[in-house]
Amino acid sequence: MSRLGSLAHHLYSGEVSYDFVGKRRRWYAMSGIILLLALIGLFGRGLNLGIEFKGGSEFTIPNTTATVEEVRASVQKTGIQDPIVTQVGTSNIRVQTIALTPTQSVAVTMQLSKDTGVAQGDIAVTLVGPSWGAEITQRAVQGLVVFLVLVVVFLSAYFEWRLAVAAVVALIHDLVITIGIYALTGFEVTPATVIGVLTILGFSLYDTVVVFDKVKENTRAITSGNRVTYSEAANLALNQTLVRSINTSVVALLPVTAILVIGVGLLGAGTLKDLALALFIGTAAGTYSSIFIATPVACQLQERRPEMKALTARVAQRRAGGGDPKGRASRKPGSSGTATAVLDDVVTGVDETGNITPDDIAQPIAPTGPRTQPKKNQARSKRKRS
Amino acid sequence: MAAPTQKHTNPGRTLAILGLVVLVLGVWTFWPGQSRTPKLGLDLSGGTQVILTPTASQGGQQVSDDQLKQAVEIIRQRVDGFGVAESEVTTQGSGQNASIIVSIPGKTNSAILNSLATTAKLDMRPVLEEAVGGVAPVASPTPTPSGSASPSVSKTPAPAGSPKATASAASPKATASAASPSASGNGSVITGALQGTATSPSPSASPSASTPLSPSGSPSASPSPSATGTATGGVASNAGFPPIQSPTNGAALQAAYAALDCTKTGATKGGLADPTQFLVTCSKDGSLKYLLDKAAVRGTEIASASAGLSQTGGGWEVNLTFTSTGAQQFAAVTGQLAQNPSPQNQFGIVLDGLVESSPYVSQAILGGSAVITGSFTADEAKALANVLKYGSLPVSLEVSSVEQVSPTLGQDQLSAGLLAGALGLLLVVIYLIVYYRALGLVATASLLVAAAITYFVFVILSRQLGLALSLAGVAGAIVAIGITADSFIVYFERIRDEIREGRSLRAAGDAGWIRARRTILAADFVSFLAAVVLYFLSVGSVRGFAFTLGLTTIVDVAVAFLFTRPLVSILMRSPAFTSGKPWTGLSPDRLGVKPAVVEVHQPGHRDAGTDSKES
Repeated sequence: MSRLGSLAHHLYSGEVSYDFVGKRRRWYAMSGIILLLALIGLFGRGLNLGIEFKGGSEFTIPNTTATVEEVRASVQKTGIQDPIVTQVGTSNIRVQTIALTPTQSVAVTMQLSKDTGVAQGDIAVTLVGPSWGAEITQRAVQGLVVFLVLVVVFLSAYFEWRLAVAAVVALIHDLVITIGIYALTGFEVTPATVIGVLTILGFSLYDTVVVFDKVKENTRAITSGNRVTYSEAANLALNQTLVRSINTSVVALLPVTAILVIGVGLLGAGTLKDLALALFIGTAAGTYSSIFIATPVACQLQERRPEMKALTARVAQRRAGGGDPKGRASRKPGSSGTATAVLDDVVTGVDETGNITPDDIAQPIAPTGPRTQPKKNQARSKRKRS
Repeated sequence: MAAPTQKHTNPGRTLAILGLVVLVLGVWTFWPGQSRTPKLGLDLSGGTQVILTPTASQGGQQVSDDQLKQAVEIIRQRVDGFGVAESEVTTQGSGQNASIIVSIPGKTNSAILNSLATTAKLDMRPVLEEAVGGVAPVASPTPTPSGSASPSVSKTPAPAGSPKATASAASPKATASAASPSASGNGSVITGALQGTATSPSPSASPSASTPLSPSGSPSASPSPSATGTATGGVASNAGFPPIQSPTNGAALQAAYAALDCTKTGATKGGLADPTQFLVTCSKDGSLKYLLDKAAVRGTEIASASAGLSQTGGGWEVNLTFTSTGAQQFAAVTGQLAQNPSPQNQFGIVLDGLVESSPYVSQAILGGSAVITGSFTADEAKALANVLKYGSLPVSLEVSSVEQVSPTLGQDQLSAGLLAGALGLLLVVIYLIVYYRALGLVATASLLVAAAITYFVFVILSRQLGLALSLAGVAGAIVAIGITADSFIVYFERIRDEIREGRSLRAAGDAGWIRARRTILAADFVSFLAAVVLYFLSVGSVRGFAFTLGLTTIVDVAVAFLFTRPLVSILMRSPAFTSGKPWTGLSPDRLGVKPAVVEVHQPGHRDAGTDSKES
C-alpha cells in the first residue's frame, strides 16, 4: 500500500510520469485496430440479436429433468417447426421459436406442461412481435442521439467545445468497441444489453469528466505563461488522476462483476448477465478511452488554437534559449523552470476558496522540494512535437 | 483554510439535518400498517407484461391522444373484466411512439392474454356458409347442441312472453348441459331481451321462431373442439390466410373458401377486415371456417354487453344492448336471418377478422337488446361480453411483446439480484477499506446511508406513485454502488492531492472538497442526464433501470454533500486523524510525501515550501 501510495505521490508530483499524450499515435493505432476489428465483426458477422429484436417467442421451463430432445419433440407436437431448444443453467431449458400468436403460445405451454410435468404457470413466456425490435432499436438510437447532443451542450458550457468533442469521440469509441465485441464473440444482444450499453454512456463520461476537470485546472491561465504547453499540462493531469481513474474503475467494476458472477452462476442467463456483461466490457473500454483517447484528442484540438500554437512556440523558444536545456535530465530540485514547477504554481495558486487570484498567477508560490522535479517525459514529448 | 468554519456551515449541524431527514424518511417508510418493501415488478413477483403498439385504423394517420386514452380505457375494462387484482394498464410516449403496457400480476391467465391479443374491430356479419375448419366442407348437421338450444328463448324474463316462457321453463337446463363445449360459442343462440321494450312483439316472436328452428338448428354441428385435429388433409395450394376478402361473393371467393384450411398454423392469426366486403375466415380456434356477408352491424353500435347468470337458472348468458342505429340495423338483419335455413340463420361476431362466435337467430330481435345463450362457462361468457362491449377499439393494436414470468422465477431473480447487490457492496467496501483505511470506513458509512435513503425513497415512491421495482431497477441500484463510491474516491484523492501539496490535514479536507465537489457535480450531472434521457425515450425495463440510476445519482450527490463532507470535516479536526497514523489512510508517509517536508508544513495554511522559485 505504501508503495502504491508512494507511486501515487510520484505520479502526482510528476516524478513518475507516463507520456500518454505524446504517444497518442500509438494509442490511436491501437484503438484504430480494435475499432477496425469491431467494425469488421459488426458488418461481417453481425450481431446475434435476441428474439426481442428479431421477433419470436421464448419459453423457459424451470427445474425440469426433461432433456432437450424431449422438449423439442414436445414443441413440435404443437405444429411449431424448428424450435431452438437449449439447456440454460443447470436445470432450465429454453425454447425459442418464430413469433407465435398468444393463442399458439398457450397451446405450446400447455403441451410443454403436459410433457415435462412443470406447471403451466411456471413456464416463463416471452413473445415479441417482429416490428417491436425495430421500434426499441429506433428508440435506443434516438435516446443516444439526444443524449450526445445534450452532453456536448453541457460539456461545452462546463469545459469548452473542444473537450466536449473529445469526450464524445471517446464515448463513441467505447460504444463501437463494446458493440464490436458483441459481434465478434456472438454474445446475444437483448434489451438488457442495450441498457448496459446505454449505461456505459454515463460511466464513460463520468471518468472522462474527472480527468478533464483536472486538465481544466492544470491548464487554467496557461497561455499567460511560457513554461509549459497545453499537452504537457494535460498529460500531467492524466498522471495525477491516474490512481483515481484506476480506483473509480475498479470500484465501478466490482459490483458489475458481482452481478455477472451471480447472474451466470445462479440464473444461467437473463437480464442480470446480459446487463453486467455489456457494462463490464463498456466500463473497461471507458477507463481506457478516458486516458488514452479523450485527453490526447482534446490536446490535439486545443493545440490547433492560435494561442496554444503561440504558447507552444514560446515554450520551445524558452527551452531552446534561456533555461536549462538539460533540465529534463536533471533531477535536482530548484533547477530552472520546468513544466512541473509551473504547473504546481498554478495548482497551488488557488486560494482556500478555490479561486485563482491574479496574484497567484503573477507571483506563484514556490513549490516544495519534491514537486520541482523536472519532467523528463514531458520535455521529450515536447521535443518530438517541435 | 485558516478559518473554514466561517465559510462552511457547521458540519455537525449539516449532519444533524441529514439525520433528521433520514429519520423522517425512515419513519414514513416503516409507518405501521403499510408495506415496508417496495412494490415488486412483474419480473420479480411473477406475472405477465404485455406491450401493445397502437396504429391508427385509417392508414397513415397518427394515433391521437384521445384515441390512445380510449383504447387504454377499453383495455383496462377488459382486463378488469377478468377480475385480476392490481392489474395495470399504462401508456408510454405518444403519437408514433405510443405504446400501451398491460401488467397483470400473478399466475398467467391465458384467457386474458387472448383477449388482449385480439383487440381489433368488431363486426356482425350474416353467415353465408359454414364448415369445419379443414378443406372438406362437412355439411352433415349433427345437431348435438342446437336442438336443445332453442328453448333458451325462455330465459328472457320477458313480462310479455310469459305464456311461452313458462312452457319452456324446464328446457334451459338442457341447453346448458347439452350445448357444444366449443370455445367459439357456437351452438349459442341470440334472442331478444324483452325487458321493458314495448316495441318488441315478443310474445309471438320468441316461441314461434325458435320452435321450428330447433330441429334444423344445427349451426354448431359436429365441430367439437376435436375438429381441429381431424379435419386435416388441407389442399396444398392454400390461397392464403384469413381474413380473405372480396367485394363480391364470386367464384374466386368461393374457391378461397373451399381451399381454406383453418387448422394450419397461422390461419387463426386474424387481421383487419374491411366491413364493406365479403369475408372468408376461420373461427378463432380454427375449428370452423366461414363465408360471411358484409358487416350488418358494426361493433361500435353495441352500447353495452354484460355476462350474467340466467335469471331462469340456465347458466351463463351474455346480454347485449344496441345504440338506436344499431337496434334498427340489428332488427333488420335478424328479421332476415330468422327466415333462413341453417347455417344462414347465424351471424358471425367477427373480431379482428376471426369469428368469435356465431349464434343463430330464431326471430327478428327488435327493441335494441338481445341475449346470447349457450353453454357458456363464466369465463367464456365474460370473454364474449368483453369482446362485444370493448371490441371496437378506435385504433388497431398489435401485441409487440409479451413477457410472462412465473412467481418462482421472479423469486429466483429477486434473490439473485439481492445476492449480487450484497456481494458487490462487500467487494467495494473491502477495496475501499484496504485502500483508504479510515476514510474507507467513512465511504462505507456513506454508502450505507445512501442505500438507506434510496430504499426509503423507493418504498415511499412505490407507495405514492405505484412505482414498481424491476430486475433492471435492482441491477441499476447495484451498478450505482460503484458510481456512488466513485464520488467518495474523487473526494479522497483530492484530499490526498492537497496533502501532497503540503497542506495540513484540515486544510486538505477543506480545499480538497472545494475542488472535488465541482468534479462530483459535473460527473453526476452527466450520469443524471443519461438517466433522464433513457427514462423518457425508452420503454419497459430500460425505464426501470433509468429511474433507479437517476434516483441513486441524486442520492449520491445528497450523501456526498450532507454526509461524507461534514463527516470528513469533523474527522480532519479530530486529534486521532491529525496524528497522521497510517490507519487514517492519510498519513503523509503512506502518501509518499517525505516526512521532512510535511513537518515543515504541519502548521497548515498556505504552507508551500520555501525553496527558491524557478529562476
